[in-house]
Amino acid sequence: MTLKFPIYMDYHATTPVDRRVLDAMLPYFTEHFGNAASRNHAFGWTAEAAVEKAREQVAALIGADPKEIIFTSGATESDNLAVKGVAYFLKDKGKHIVTSKIEHKAILDSCRALERDGFEVTYVDPDKTGLVTSEMIKNALRPDTILVSVMLANNEIGTVNEIPEIGALCRSKGIYFHTDAVQGIGKIPFDVNSANVDLASMTAHKIYGPKGVGALYVRRKPRVRLHPLMDGGGHERGMRSGTLNVPGIVGFGMACEVARLDMAEDTKRLAALRDRLKAQIYARVPHVHLNGHETRRLPGNLNISFAYVEGESLLMALKDVAVSSGSACTSASLEPSYVLRALGVGDDLAHSSIRFGLGRFSTQEEVDYVSNLVVDKVKKLREMSPLWEMVQEGVDLKSVQWAAH
Amino acid sequence: MAYSDKVVEHYENPRNVGSMDKSDPNVGTGLVGAPACGDVMKLQIRISEDGIIEDAKFKTFGCGSAIASSSLVTEWVKGKSVDEAEKIKNQEIAKELSLPPVKIHCSVLAEDAIKAAIADYRRKKGEKVEAAKTAGEAHARQAFDVVNPSR
Repeated sequence: MTLKFPIYMDYHATTPVDRRVLDAMLPYFTEHFGNAASRNHAFGWTAEAAVEKAREQVAALIGADPKEIIFTSGATESDNLAVKGVAYFLKDKGKHIVTSKIEHKAILDSCRALERDGFEVTYVDPDKTGLVTSEMIKNALRPDTILVSVMLANNEIGTVNEIPEIGALCRSKGIYFHTDAVQGIGKIPFDVNSANVDLASMTAHKIYGPKGVGALYVRRKPRVRLHPLMDGGGHERGMRSGTLNVPGIVGFGMACEVARLDMAEDTKRLAALRDRLKAQIYARVPHVHLNGHETRRLPGNLNISFAYVEGESLLMALKDVAVSSGSACTSASLEPSYVLRALGVGDDLAHSSIRFGLGRFSTQEEVDYVSNLVVDKVKKLREMSPLWEMVQEGVDLKSVQWAAH
Repeated sequence: MAYSDKVVEHYENPRNVGSMDKSDPNVGTGLVGAPACGDVMKLQIRISEDGIIEDAKFKTFGCGSAIASSSLVTEWVKGKSVDEAEKIKNQEIAKELSLPPVKIHCSVLAEDAIKAAIADYRRKKGEKVEAAKTAGEAHARQAFDVVNPSR
């Protein structure tokens, strides 16, 4: 098989729409264009039937009842709805929320907004592998805690958290438990009942579905209630008003079905490719550091720091390959990754991190090409690095008092 | 982030990468920046008897713009007198490379590296070095002194 450039290795950011998904969606743009809320004619009935089928497909992927699926515009909206919706609904019962420092910004910034509204939030530190455990959450709970939100798997480092254990803890205390399941669903087994989850955020575009559509799982037994963020026609059991994005929802449903059927095989194949990429780099590049957990990890994720090489310059050297970096230079804020910082990774190594994200269409040829390229470019950039030179001369960089600028 | 053609060109074909003997009395070495900030530049200049910079070398840990800025200044300082080189301003570097606002600090670092290298050379020659003129230069000197603890 010949390689096609550029090579995509950023599947945590987004994924291409699977052909099977697109084919399912297309009729709902043109001939079946009805509004799912039109109850009085065939156009509406067709659209509604398609939405309900998709609801079943999404529910099946996570072991939920279709009635527990609320369609949204994506994970950011789902996270906002879960955190703010529950908090505002329960504001008379308690004002304390527990989450972790490595959540997605949609969770962290929703929590910040709630803090400005009088709520109190505890941000739990993960361990150095990025793992958030039930013990950590237990220590943060208070009598007035109303909600715990911990992600299923982290988007940068791929660490898979102790969700069932945290869920059991929350259930025993009568506290709602939300998980941002965006990176985990369709990649690792996840069942809302065995994981004791009350709310779960999902999005289509991370699992080969279209952008702009997602869902929030909201448990019915015991019933979870929340305050809607969007007022209007009372769609989605009153939790999310707004005309349903029928083609997007159909695509999301199909993406979930494909993921459910292919997951076991996809996971095995991806983990093998990821391990191959890691082994090839580790065998030929000294001073590399794995960010995240050795084993509790998403199958397609590899996040490593190449000491003495700055991440953005490495991205630039890998110009035919789409990967991402925790380097400050790649973000608008000029701050290195807050996730790596929360793990206690030094700023120097955070600046040197690269995230490789493999997915359904990644091939062994791509992995081999990228590992060769990385080995070559890291060597070249180290030859250009004053830090590498100092380390070769025996200078301990930690003993150097650098001037911040 | 999209890079200007000149940044890409310098990044892909960096000029004057390398090191000189830092104990050579005719070589001035400047080391500025910090690993935790994501960029460190080492600039070295060799100065002839008549005060002309006859060679320049750099090594940089940093983004493409930092590498391009250091590569560019090695080209610019060569053939200049020490006094002329000292007048190079970061704005000129930023302009030449069309650096966006978030990358201006790369050009500041390159200007600091030149000043630090010249200051080191002057110290070696027993000249009294004036107090730092800019905050950036102060940083540069501090970083340099630390890696040359014998001084």
